[in-house]
Amino acid sequence: MKYKTLAIADPAKLIYGVAPRPIETRHGMRIGGGLIYPELNFTLPDINIRKEAMPEIARHYKQIVTEALERAAELEAPGVMLEFETLPPMTEHPALGMEVVNILLEGIERAHDKYGLKATLRCTPNDNREFVRPPLMRSGRYWDAMLELFDQSAAAGAEFLSIESVGGKELHDDALVNGDLRAVLFSLCVMGVRDMQFIWDHIVAIAAKHGVHAAGDTACGFGNTAMVLAERKMIPRVFAAVVRAVTAVRSLVAYECGAVGPGKDCGYENPVLKAITGCPMSMEGKTAACAHLSPMGNLAAATADLWSNESVQNIKLLGGMAPTCYMEQLVYDCRLMNTASAEGEASALKMRDWLVKSDAGLDPQAMILTPESSVAIAHAIVESPSYYAAGIAAARAAVKILRETSESGCLRIDSREAGWLDRMDDELDDMPDTEDAFIGEMMEEVDLEKFTPADYGLPTPVSA
Amino acid sequence: MSTIEDLKTAVINGRRKDVKTLVPELLESGIEPAALLSQALIPAMGVVGERFKKNEIFVPEMLVSARAMKEAMSVLEPKLLEAGIRPEHTALIGTVEGDLHDIGKNLVATMWKGAGFDVVDLGVNVPAARFIEAIEEHEPHIVGLSALLTTTMPAMRDTVAAIRDAGHTSVKLLVGGAPITQSYADEIGADGYSRDAASAVDAAKAALGV
Ligand code: B1M
Repeated sequence: MKYKTLAIADPAKLIYGVAPRPIETRHGMRIGGGLIYPELNFTLPDINIRKEAMPEIARHYKQIVTEALERAAELEAPGVMLEFETLPPMTEHPALGMEVVNILLEGIERAHDKYGLKATLRCTPNDNREFVRPPLMRSGRYWDAMLELFDQSAAAGAEFLSIESVGGKELHDDALVNGDLRAVLFSLCVMGVRDMQFIWDHIVAIAAKHGVHAAGDTACGFGNTAMVLAERKMIPRVFAAVVRAVTAVRSLVAYECGAVGPGKDCGYENPVLKAITGCPMSMEGKTAACAHLSPMGNLAAATADLWSNESVQNIKLLGGMAPTCYMEQLVYDCRLMNTASAEGEASALKMRDWLVKSDAGLDPQAMILTPESSVAIAHAIVESPSYYAAGIAAARAAVKILRETSESGCLRIDSREAGWLDRMDDELDDMPDTEDAFIGEMMEEVDLEKFTPADYGLPTPVSA
Repeated sequence: MSTIEDLKTAVINGRRKDVKTLVPELLESGIEPAALLSQALIPAMGVVGERFKKNEIFVPEMLVSARAMKEAMSVLEPKLLEAGIRPEHTALIGTVEGDLHDIGKNLVATMWKGAGFDVVDLGVNVPAARFIEAIEEHEPHIVGLSALLTTTMPAMRDTVAAIRDAGHTSVKLLVGGAPITQSYADEIGADGYSRDAASAVDAAKAALGV
């Protein structure tokens, strides 16, 4: 593991708008350089994405970028990040994705010329590799098309490249619904880490070729799936909280490979990564209720450098088109936080602490991501000799935080969930000492029809 | 001596090992396989489903019971088939073409199995033609379609239309998924809609008129 120490070891320094390694954009935004900026994300209403529908799809994206950036300019936003997270056919057929990329880049330039608005584009091709089952992780047409879209969008001017990668997810959904922490550790810290190393070496190389930024990944398919399941009372919140802590190990790999941030909005593990890497991070919370519910709508903003809405359909609301309405909400949230920062460090800290305190005691998943908890988990990770050990250490740190804060009355845990802390401790106690031993055991247990071990550089068991 | 009630309790509590010994023991004592199914397993999963619906248990706990039921079924199923007893209802389920989301669909399948349906899961990214092929092969009473993306809602509409156009007019079509609503279900001509897995059994039964 590359990081041995923390970039931010003092929880008081883990705060919104400020990152030790800020990033400058072409139009002069300094992300992590003192201000928090809005990051708008948007999607289509129900449309079948095909070549013939492209004129209508293009109209949607043109309307989104024009109207949302106009509103941002009217509200005097200091800068805006747009995120284009593709829908599957747009990655499968890069020409479709590129049509949208170009529309957004043109809109950004128009808004710059017309209003002097500083805006920039993050392009996030979606990971289609699991369209074949078991997924083909390192080759095949889905892999090739995804790299092509990364390459072309960077060449066209998308300044940030991200992905919501899925390596390890083949086993993780089952691990979640079965409440199986051991399988979570295998999916994230054995499979996930290996896939991240593979995919991020490629993304970093493409970014370097075009002089743009390899931004960061997210464990959305892991941690947010857990969060949504917990929100729907399907799995315990304490379990989802511990899963979240472990996801940080997987997402960290992008930065080890050379990503520089801002980490992607739906990575709620980002505060831990900011503490470790010092890179700026995007976060989403209450303003992402249009996409999914969460138990930390305020807290998520406390350490963010970009503030996002995750995704909203281009549909008409009473105030205007939904992306424009969300742009307004994001701009106002950022304006308030930047006003607090402008009054000095003490005001910024006060604002941050209000954001944290208003959520932390009400939900284990929020408690795990307070600045203090994030730094504690970050410590546990960097002090570990391997990803496997880091996963166990992060999980242990999370269980400890949940136990201590609930015992001290700072955190409310549902009575049905209390036993799960012991259950997770027991599982962690039973983990083998070495990763090799763990892999050996797991390869005899897992369903080999779901993934291809060689695609993860893992040995195929003799019994297979 | 063990009773049918013991088997029911073992399934409710997800005690697979107990189930493994209880089933042969009860069969040996002369109880019919069909009675074990209808008086122990299905009522047990009914209790579990009800607890889940009321948020008294989590999915992992429900799945432990589902696995216990599966354990029992691995012994009972061949015997039931031998006796010419088939499940009352056969269901197909799948996530529509272009969509890979399946956690919700899997939970619906689990609930249906718990209610004693014979469930054939076609997986994710299932083209309309595959649904039709499977309808012809399995002759189900009900077909479940799941979609989570707004951009795959049209695929759900097309699948419903294709199934009807292929002449399968009596099979009941049930739809669900985060962006799907009752009015969308009505609009595309589905026979039923359910908001969540917990109510998917009732919705299926309502569509079947049982
Ligand atoms: C037959 O009868 C029935 C009856 C009831 C039925 C039914 C069928 N099917 C479902 N139900 C109902 O019962 C279930 C149980 O109660 C319920 O099922 P649900 O599935 O609703 O509930 C589950 C128990 C828990 N919920 C979930 O599992 C879905 C949660 C969210 C967060 C979600 C997840 C987890 C995932 N995702 Co996806 N994902 C989101 C989701 C946000 C949301 N608001 O839903 C959504 C749907 N995803 C979205 C997107 C954009 C995407 N996702 C993608 C991928 C993924 C993951 C793989 C990471 C993961 C899926 C894991 C899996 N194996 O299913 C990509 C697409 C992949 C594809 N081709 O399908 C990708 C394109 C992201 C990307 N750029 O890579 C968004 C959709 C936007 C849109 N335009 O519609 C989204 C709303 C999140 C967001 N970003 O805003 C009911 O709906």
